[in-house]
Amino acid sequence: MSKQCRQFILNKQNKSSNQGFMTDINKSISMYAGMLRIRMVEEAIADRYSEQEMRCPVHLSIGQEGIAVGVCAALGQNDNVFSTHRAHAHYLAKGGDLNKMIAEIYGKSGGCSGGRGGSMHLVDLEVKFLGSTPIVGGTIPIGAGAAFSSWMRGENSVTAVFFGDGSTEEGVFYETLNFAALKNLPVIFVCENNMYSVYSPLSVRQPFNRDRVDIARAMGLYGVRGDGNDVNEVLQITQTAVLRARSGRGPTYLDLDTYRWREHCGPNYDNNLGYRTENEFLEWQKRCPVTRYASTLIRKNVLSEYDITKLKQEISREVEAAFEFAGKSPFPEKNDIQTNIYG
Amino acid sequence: MRQLQFNQAVLEATDQCMEKDPSVYIIGLGVPDPKGIFGTTLGLQQKYGMKRVMDMPASENAMTGIAIGSALTGLRPILTHQRVDFMLLSFDQLINNAAKWHYMFNGRMKVPLVVRAVIGQGWGQGPQHSQSLQPILAHIPGLKIVMPATPHDAKGLLIAAVKDDNPVIYLEHRWLHQINGEVATDMFQVPIGKARIAREGRDITIVTCSYMTLESLKAAEILAKDGIRAEVIDLRSLKPLDEDSVLDSVKKTGRLLAAESAWQTLSFSTEILALVSEKAFGALKCAPVRVTFPDVPAPTSPALANHFYPRFHHIVNTARKLFGLAPCTQNEPGLAADIPLDIPDKSFKGPF
Repeated sequence: MSKQCRQFILNKQNKSSNQGFMTDINKSISMYAGMLRIRMVEEAIADRYSEQEMRCPVHLSIGQEGIAVGVCAALGQNDNVFSTHRAHAHYLAKGGDLNKMIAEIYGKSGGCSGGRGGSMHLVDLEVKFLGSTPIVGGTIPIGAGAAFSSWMRGENSVTAVFFGDGSTEEGVFYETLNFAALKNLPVIFVCENNMYSVYSPLSVRQPFNRDRVDIARAMGLYGVRGDGNDVNEVLQITQTAVLRARSGRGPTYLDLDTYRWREHCGPNYDNNLGYRTENEFLEWQKRCPVTRYASTLIRKNVLSEYDITKLKQEISREVEAAFEFAGKSPFPEKNDIQTNIYG
Repeated sequence: MRQLQFNQAVLEATDQCMEKDPSVYIIGLGVPDPKGIFGTTLGLQQKYGMKRVMDMPASENAMTGIAIGSALTGLRPILTHQRVDFMLLSFDQLINNAAKWHYMFNGRMKVPLVVRAVIGQGWGQGPQHSQSLQPILAHIPGLKIVMPATPHDAKGLLIAAVKDDNPVIYLEHRWLHQINGEVATDMFQVPIGKARIAREGRDITIVTCSYMTLESLKAAEILAKDGIRAEVIDLRSLKPLDEDSVLDSVKKTGRLLAAESAWQTLSFSTEILALVSEKAFGALKCAPVRVTFPDVPAPTSPALANHFYPRFHHIVNTARKLFGLAPCTQNEPGLAADIPLDIPDKSFKGPF
């Protein structure tokens, strides 16, 4: 987050401290700002994509900000995060560098992965965002492995792995849950259920009336379901899971409902294709995690409309600067292709 | 120097690595069990405890991913497969993640993972318990592949693999587990990426690895009686490959025979032939040849195994043809071509 943005939030938090709910309010403001920032970044990417300079697939998080921000707000600096192809929100929510993310999408050497990975392979070690990769389910065991290290060394760091409903159909999901339960690993499995795997609805992939939370419980984990678009609910659910993991009481599976606003991959809306209805989208749009929370905070006098306008201005500046950074960053050299095959 | 069996050398390497470095742990199906993975893990759990010496659920893909995740975050796992055939289940994690994690995040993280797997042969192990698979693994950028053929190299290469910050696949042929050899007691390394000249010669280069090194050396003994002095190069590492050792030898001898436990098509021997054709074509006096399995799954019946596994007399015959000599016959002394091909030698009684 930009210095100006951070300063704005700090000022706002300080002013609110006399209301006697200090921690909650501070967290609320930064969660709102976090979601808004993600939304604005993703929309900026969508707007510029047709310039054909971001030459890699982008899977945007628009509509799913609540889960990323709520979960990461419950994690500490030493806690790890792994994710999938749809990782922009998780990367940013964990504190990942915005400039480096945009530069990465532009394939520049200043990108977080030096242009090797693009949107689908992000990393920011400083904030323990340890990697996102696009094989469905691929990072689920890797996250459990990071938790395994923590367990082996008797540390109390926790690892959260984000994935979608489709990942729960992969064998590796069950294998990992089994081992995590067996060893009581400090890992939180976060399923972002947006009900679609590209164009395939849940109904052609998973039996009707079967609850993924029941599966997790049958595998020996704690399982919790929640409204992924209620950032406060996500925060609270995750805080419980984090406490459980840190106190050696093992892994938790979170099943959080949400909705992907735009197409699976790319900047456009595609409800006209017919695999889902415009009505369904509009219903979910009413449950937008960002505007819902704005309403809540305004109603509670935590933020005003003016605050939000100012915040948007700050974020807008930061986003502009990030695209500028990406534009100025050089492309990697030809020789770079042979480096870092082996460490 | 004292003699040690190959499997004991693997065990000693593991023990020394675990003693020296607390971040090393070993995990695999049956690691702590009474047979100790063909004797290679016996006693480890008693010494290092259940946290560092672990059995695991039959979940090869996830366990490989978990090993990778632990390697990214400071541990040094040794993951074992009692048959390389089981490794197939873990190819997503191995190839999509282990091999690429260092590269696709621009060198930010390392994957110091060792995967030990046993290559099968014989006693009717059959199509799904006899595979070798090193050609498929060697195709993948980012993996290192080592295949020791002697107890000395078994120890030195495993120690090198554990110390290497990259994913190293360590393939051990089950017919090597009982062989004896001189092994130093200290904690030494054999460099990964360096071949060994197992026997010097001037007339033909035999490039080989793992168990076929033994067959190649037996073949070289017999060829010597024909006046053919064969140079046997034991590759030891397929990736990174010691190209210079191969090329220098072929430039000296002018003839190349590659012998390998692998199906013919796209065997690693094929890569050796391509390498020599590209970089030492002028030195060749005749076309290079390969001695490998035929392109069929390994049959179970001992009668069929006789037509599947190449042994020293196949290498001898293939080499003799290059010199215009007749193939060897049953009556030749020292040939022992009447050993059934489904056992390494007469001492093997089955069942495992």
